Amino acid sequence: MPDPDKIRPSKLSIWRKLANANATIFAVGAAILVLVPLLAIFVYLLIKGVGSLNWAFITQTPKPVGEPGGGMANAMIGSGLILLIASTIGIPVGIGCGIFLAEYGRNRFGDFVRFTADVLNGVPSIVIGIVAYSLVVLQQKHFSAYSGGLALGIMMVPTVARATEEMLLMVPNSIREAALGLGIPKWRTTISITLRTASAGVITGCMLAFARVAGETAPLLFTAFGNQYWNLNPNQPTAALPLQVFVYAISPFDEWHKQAWAGALILILMIVAAVAAVRIVTSHGMLKGAS
Amino acid sequence: MNPTDPIESQQPIASVPSLAQTSTERKTTTRVSALIRIRTQIPGSSKIPDALFRVIIALTAISVFVIVVLIVFELIDKSKLSLHQFGIGFFYGRDWDPVNGDFGALPFIYGTVVSSVLALILAVPLSVGVAVYITEMCPVSLRAIISFLVELLAAIPSVIYGLWGIFVLAPLLRVYIQPPLAKYLGWTGLFSGPQFGLGMLAAGIILAIMIIPIVASITREVLTAVPQNQREAVLALGATRWEMIRMGVLRNARIGIVGAIILGLGRALGETMAVTMVIGNRPEIAKSLFAPGYTMASVIANEFSEATGDLYLSALVEIGLALFIVTLIVNALARLLVWSITGGTARVSA
Repeated sequence: MPDPDKIRPSKLSIWRKLANANATIFAVGAAILVLVPLLAIFVYLLIKGVGSLNWAFITQTPKPVGEPGGGMANAMIGSGLILLIASTIGIPVGIGCGIFLAEYGRNRFGDFVRFTADVLNGVPSIVIGIVAYSLVVLQQKHFSAYSGGLALGIMMVPTVARATEEMLLMVPNSIREAALGLGIPKWRTTISITLRTASAGVITGCMLAFARVAGETAPLLFTAFGNQYWNLNPNQPTAALPLQVFVYAISPFDEWHKQAWAGALILILMIVAAVAAVRIVTSHGMLKGAS
Repeated sequence: MNPTDPIESQQPIASVPSLAQTSTERKTTTRVSALIRIRTQIPGSSKIPDALFRVIIALTAISVFVIVVLIVFELIDKSKLSLHQFGIGFFYGRDWDPVNGDFGALPFIYGTVVSSVLALILAVPLSVGVAVYITEMCPVSLRAIISFLVELLAAIPSVIYGLWGIFVLAPLLRVYIQPPLAKYLGWTGLFSGPQFGLGMLAAGIILAIMIIPIVASITREVLTAVPQNQREAVLALGATRWEMIRMGVLRNARIGIVGAIILGLGRALGETMAVTMVIGNRPEIAKSLFAPGYTMASVIANEFSEATGDLYLSALVEIGLALFIVTLIVNALARLLVWSITGGTARVSA
């Protein structure tokens, strides 16, 4: 045994100190560097977007090349139409699938469905566009909001399903048992008790899925196709905001570039509002009454 | 709840263990079993609605499987023509000549691989750095804010990245980045030729920005899953913070981090709009990163709605099929790796 008095904390070698400092600098630097593009994108969107944003932009349809003015009102309505169709397809199927996974899916088949949903989540959006094209557009022989809505709806399913499953699993079993103990049938318990308890979380999941597909462009290129005029018939080619931004951005006209920035600003405001709303809901707890 | 109901009595045992227990206890008391008998005898038993509900819910779950089968079927069906015509040669043919009906996908495969690898080289160190900063270094009050901002980066639509890439990033590259790169690293051949701004380099950078949030958030989850006593054990041995992170955290999490990286790769391979807008769209194989290129996803985006002739369309669908298969393999691999660390709890969603 060495004399306890002689044990001193050995000094850190200079190299170890240096490595430690370097690592800290690198991690902090990485965090800053990652946030720079985010900041840059928002700053540019605001600078360039606000300048071109005016009343005409949100009330008028596009003007022909060379004429100043005009707007993207038809694209905003068109986006709304396509997203409505997408939500009608994606949200019920997604929630149903989530209920299945949470309430009946603790088995082999459940794992299989879970894996399939993950596969679907990883499919590139452009490939889903091809499938919607060959399923709807090729049969009908014309582009339509239906086909675009179908493509986006398919993309919503896995996100909604996994979110619903996660939220339902957070509902304590005692709540289910209480309901079943009162003689309420299983289906009623699932819908009115379990799903209702988790409703805030499920809505969060749906909104995230919605925000994710709201900015999708690739699957709309050859399904909804775009339109320069007003169109409320879902069986006709329909304009969409991200599609319009894309077309204007790659065009050679300055006037259109400005409009692309304004369209992008509106798009991002919608999405950020959705994400922020989700954040607020999440921070107030996913479950009503429980936890 | 009706324990004598055959559909019901199977299910709760699996999903609600404590209920199964209580119901067996109840059976012992005659009073309760009498009550149960009354419940089964009264009209309006829940047996049929419950079975119906179960069937409907199962159908929605099966529909997810049906969608995936439909995707595979449609892709194979619509690319049949091209599959027969070119066979495996499609994937190493260098010519893309719609006018003469000659289709080879190599330039697109090259563009996809190079832009994705470039994106990974740029994104991986930064993402791991951010994840380490969030989990190990940053003050708790900042943690939520930085996570939120990184999440926000993931919520920006691809088309907005593309817009920003065309009008902000590309001029920036042309004026400030490409000249010094060409001057000092031009001898490698990777940074030579005319400096447009738009091109493979711009695509790689945009892709890197787009996959950072995914790689970072999954890496963060993997790092959080490393048990706290690993950290404490290394610290107790007198390690500095960096040594603790290196030996206690990163070493334990490395498989999961590889999974996160591969997941980022999957996203980069399938990314369409932003890349289409900045890569230059020329089906050529050039060594220089300044040169324009073309990716599998962008050729579909650009040419699909204008494709005239069945063979042209079929060739584009075959590219889509190849993209689907590659992303499928990449994603499955990534999931297995991430799950092996987090035990299946991590939300692996793009």
